[in-house]
Amino acid sequence: MTIKRASLPPLLEAASLPPLSQGFGALLRRDLLLASRQRSDLIYPVFFFFMVVSLFPLGIGPDGKLLAKTAPGILWIAALLSTLLATDSLFRQDYDDGTLEILLSSPQSSFVFVTAKVLAHWLVASLPLLLFAPLIAVMLHLDGRGIGILLASLALGTPILSLISAIGASLTVGLRRGSMLVALIALPLYVPVLIFAVGAVETATLGGSVAGHIGYLAAMLVLAVTLAPFAIAAGLAISVKA
Amino acid sequence: MPAPLQQAPLLQASQLYCERDERVLFARLDFTLHSGELVQVEGPNGAGKTTLMRSLTGLNQYFEGEVRWRGYSLAQDTTAFHAETLALGHHSGIKLPLTPTENLRWIAAARGISLHDLDARIAFSLDAVGLSGFEHQPAHTLSAGQKRRITLARLFLEPATLWVLDEPFSAIDKAGVAALEGLLGDHIQRGGAALVVTHHDLRLARPHHRLLLGQGRRGEWQWQEAVAA
Repeated sequence: MTIKRASLPPLLEAASLPPLSQGFGALLRRDLLLASRQRSDLIYPVFFFFMVVSLFPLGIGPDGKLLAKTAPGILWIAALLSTLLATDSLFRQDYDDGTLEILLSSPQSSFVFVTAKVLAHWLVASLPLLLFAPLIAVMLHLDGRGIGILLASLALGTPILSLISAIGASLTVGLRRGSMLVALIALPLYVPVLIFAVGAVETATLGGSVAGHIGYLAAMLVLAVTLAPFAIAAGLAISVKA
Repeated sequence: MPAPLQQAPLLQASQLYCERDERVLFARLDFTLHSGELVQVEGPNGAGKTTLMRSLTGLNQYFEGEVRWRGYSLAQDTTAFHAETLALGHHSGIKLPLTPTENLRWIAAARGISLHDLDARIAFSLDAVGLSGFEHQPAHTLSAGQKRRITLARLFLEPATLWVLDEPFSAIDKAGVAALEGLLGDHIQRGGAALVVTHHDLRLARPHHRLLLGQGRRGEWQWQEAVAA
């Protein structure tokens, strides 16, 4: 079987741009399909999360009260490290195989593509954490209300973490050993998320109102979703066009 | 998208200058590409052929000079240029766990071409490059030449006025090379244009231009006319 001299497509279709949802959907579907073929991407972050959390009872002893008191911080720091580890290679494969070149020379805006990529990545790497978090929280003696608020804070907070570390990943994708740099770029930016998320869960276990904390997290999420993709797209352009 | 200026050449490069690691790759490089023209870019390894292609398609920002598409500077707007250009570089964007059909489906959608009847057109394109029967096999089970052909199937799938091909013949068998030369001829015959980096002696049914890079230490270059085979 060889190449045929078959008929070529017309020189140009009507010069109207496709809807933005087309590029978004294409990349989202592709990344989810890839994840379904490479299941390790789904499993590793959850295992990492589980292992880091289970180290704490071993380290500080099986005292239920102490664990319950430190549980919000432990769970959130584990979730944060898991997100960081999963995200630092977010663009690595796409950089190596030329996907980024196709995306950057598409007539569609790269804002759409990076949003789809981060969303796909969040669905694959962070959503499973949310499913397992209640189980692990019970292990740390967190009470029912605390677990509910923990889930809410993770649902609002982990997308912010993904977006922030994606900025670091986009800037360092051209470097051979950039993962430590991603951590150094992203970790300081994680601080506000950590403060409000842990604050929400602690307040919930003490019986207070968490509306303020959750409100701040939601506001940060809106800010991250609207602004971070610009930074990520610019970072990728810098890395690819070097 | 601005309306095209009539009579302007498709692609116009003026006073391009690029250096890498204190070595001048090309300097004062001027050329134009009209509808129906093909430029073969040649030169020794490291002469800057790929860098030139990347500069023209917006994947390298470290060069001086101006590139215009249909008269409009690419420094201002690249949307129309990218919609009309199909660039196949060294890296294909092919995902190995996905099948050829799945790969072409996302590339086509991300490139913004119409999704109308897409699966039928993908099947046609894969058949045209001799991959019928392999449509639903993961790409990592295919040979190097077959992976290359997934990329070449985009020529049959995406409507584009300008083809920018970097070493399109690598890993392609003899008959395939002849067919590709035929396709290049068809493409410029119908009013398209092409920039092709290759060391292969192109045998085209129509005359074309040759741009020889790396002709001196200060970025000298030569422009030659090649006759029809």
